[in-house]
Amino acid sequence: MQTQGCTGPRHVMAAPVPMPAARLPVLRIAPSKGWVALKLRELWEYRELLYFLVWRDVKVRYKQTALGAAWAIIQPFFTMVVFSLFFGQLAKIPSDGVPYPIFSYAALVPWMFFAHGMSQATSKLVGSADLVKKVYFPRLAIPIAAVLSGIVDFALAFLVLLGMMLYYSVIPTFNALWLPLLLLLAFTTSLGVGLWLSAMNVQYHDVQYTVPFLTQFWLFATPIAYPSSLLPEPWHTLYGLNPMVGVVEGFRWALLGTDTAPGPVIAFSACIALALLISGGFYFRRMEKTFADVV
Amino acid sequence: MGDIALRVEDLSKQYRIGSSREAYKTLRDTFTDVVVSSFRRAGKLLHGRSGRAPELGETFWALKDVSFEIKRGEVVGIIGYNGAGKSTLLKILSRITEPTEGYADIYGRVGSLLEVGTGFHPELTGRENLYLNGAILGMKRVEITRKFDEIVAFAEIERFIDTPVKHYSSGMYMRLAFAVAAHLEPEILLVDEVLAVGDARFQKKCLNKMQDVGQQGRTVLFVSHNMQAITRLCQRAILLDGGTAVQDGPSHQVVSSYLTSGIRTTGYREWPDSPKAPGGEVARLRSVRTCTENGQITDVVDIRCPLFIEMEYDVLRSGYILLPYYDIYNGEGLSIFSTLDVDPEWRQRPRPKGRWISIVEIPGNLLAEGTHVLAPGLSTLNPPVRQFQENEALAFHVVDSLEGNSARGDWAGKVDGVIRPLLKWRTEFSSDLSGSTIRAGKATVYRE
Repeated sequence: MQTQGCTGPRHVMAAPVPMPAARLPVLRIAPSKGWVALKLRELWEYRELLYFLVWRDVKVRYKQTALGAAWAIIQPFFTMVVFSLFFGQLAKIPSDGVPYPIFSYAALVPWMFFAHGMSQATSKLVGSADLVKKVYFPRLAIPIAAVLSGIVDFALAFLVLLGMMLYYSVIPTFNALWLPLLLLLAFTTSLGVGLWLSAMNVQYHDVQYTVPFLTQFWLFATPIAYPSSLLPEPWHTLYGLNPMVGVVEGFRWALLGTDTAPGPVIAFSACIALALLISGGFYFRRMEKTFADVV
Repeated sequence: MGDIALRVEDLSKQYRIGSSREAYKTLRDTFTDVVVSSFRRAGKLLHGRSGRAPELGETFWALKDVSFEIKRGEVVGIIGYNGAGKSTLLKILSRITEPTEGYADIYGRVGSLLEVGTGFHPELTGRENLYLNGAILGMKRVEITRKFDEIVAFAEIERFIDTPVKHYSSGMYMRLAFAVAAHLEPEILLVDEVLAVGDARFQKKCLNKMQDVGQQGRTVLFVSHNMQAITRLCQRAILLDGGTAVQDGPSHQVVSSYLTSGIRTTGYREWPDSPKAPGGEVARLRSVRTCTENGQITDVVDIRCPLFIEMEYDVLRSGYILLPYYDIYNGEGLSIFSTLDVDPEWRQRPRPKGRWISIVEIPGNLLAEGTHVLAPGLSTLNPPVRQFQENEALAFHVVDSLEGNSARGDWAGKVDGVIRPLLKWRTEFSSDLSGSTIRAGKATVYRE
């Protein structure tokens, strides 16, 4: 038996054995420097794991809580009730010609999906420390799964929205066909921010605590309780710098037929969201190599 | 042959002491770090010191210039003390963390098992966790479905498969977790200390399963503190120490030198300072030695000659019936036997205070060749309390020379077994091959 060199570090190098069929290594593990590729193909290969992570999140959330799926509805619904009372009834905030409750609820449904995804994505990576330290898989799967798992809540809350539309006899237009794309925009924004925050959260756990703050601030920076038509024009388009403006305005336009044609605002929002997602992805990948050592 | 599964070349991993000790930093810590370190730097400039004081962000090498190759189908054990770099090596090879220098080439699908039950969620049922854990370990859903029944049967939890695992006993939990892991089928398997689960019977089952894996021609890299498992499962072992590979060879050799590396090789050891000696208020061990028939202290003994093991101890409180004993292990950590004092002189009698000596004679032609490790101990009989036991107190080597009158006879090759008694043999001619009767009542034994 040949005992391959471990007595000295140079031992193996000294004797390169010619192999019968020189196979290429399937995988080379070496230090990486600086910015690295996103490796989306590998992520695709791990799609089953992604599915299971989403499935676990959803399952556990509904098993652990007494009210289970009801939470998905309670949160946006009661927020809508509070908004309707204070902003609709008392402050008499205009609502683009639709009843205020449905005006705010149509915005709250995608907003909740976004906010939930962002906070979950941020905390999930640190919360999955045991996984990150013990198993290899593309780490991007964790924030992606965290955001995706909000889809179920979104669907439930959306059903209530449909019920409210029935109640207020609001007939959706053909523009409703744009909804999947608008949801994708919300997903992109949520994941984009989530990637930045989750990677930073590994280094500084403070980030996690700033998320509720950020969410609250962002909620009022988005036309949820009020219509964006309150703003005069140059500012109105610039408002699209907040990608959630495009999402919320788009939802109202597609479902309730408000005349806030999202045109330039949506284009702005989409660009910003995409920029957030791509930069977030690369930042995340760059920080990724330190996760297992630091988390 | 020559088909390589894994090549590791000058692999090194550096950790910053700060970041490995602290779980995480808060922003405030970073600010303080910046402030403190700039003050230090300023201080250093002022005092003109080059400074031996530990700096913030000091680094150490968890792994340094480790190189080796593993062929397809080899089962290799990685051993070493805690902090020797074993886990770091496996973490790098399973891509959990990146190396700082060097590289590793992997030829084949890798499965790593650094922990059993990774990702298990207490709220989910056994069935759900099985799928989840399988996916985390890199199994495809169809693969899990195909092996489902086999895994459940292996874990022996058929009745509870649809119960949330939070209601499982810890044994059931570990069995399920290991069962999933044991059914991984990668070409290269990296395993870290996961066999220490369940009861002894289940551990044995796991070991057998691992052995099967090895025999199926898969490449396995196996970290363990269980030296018996290492010698049983691996043909080859690599000993890591302080982040470097210090020995690489047949597993029984490497294991043996690992076990004896931290032990004094002299046949004598004493504890001159009474309060620090092993023991307590009743008795303390003062010295141990291994001697030849002539009373000469030795750590090398001829397999044919008797060996005398002596321990000296102080009895500090009188009135107890004492029971001295020795545990003897071989170099691979296997317990060979324990021997207890049966000398009738002080056997049933409470002993007065004083210095005592207990000697046992280990006859020749009993222990096998190789390193043996000695643990002297002393118990009181009533109450049955161990007063001291000094593990790895001494180590000695048994040598079997080729003079023909030991148990190996004229055979110069390897002789198996943990003891090597010289037994009585009788070999006689029974009949020639044309005749066919074998004398009734006499068995003829042949030597291999």
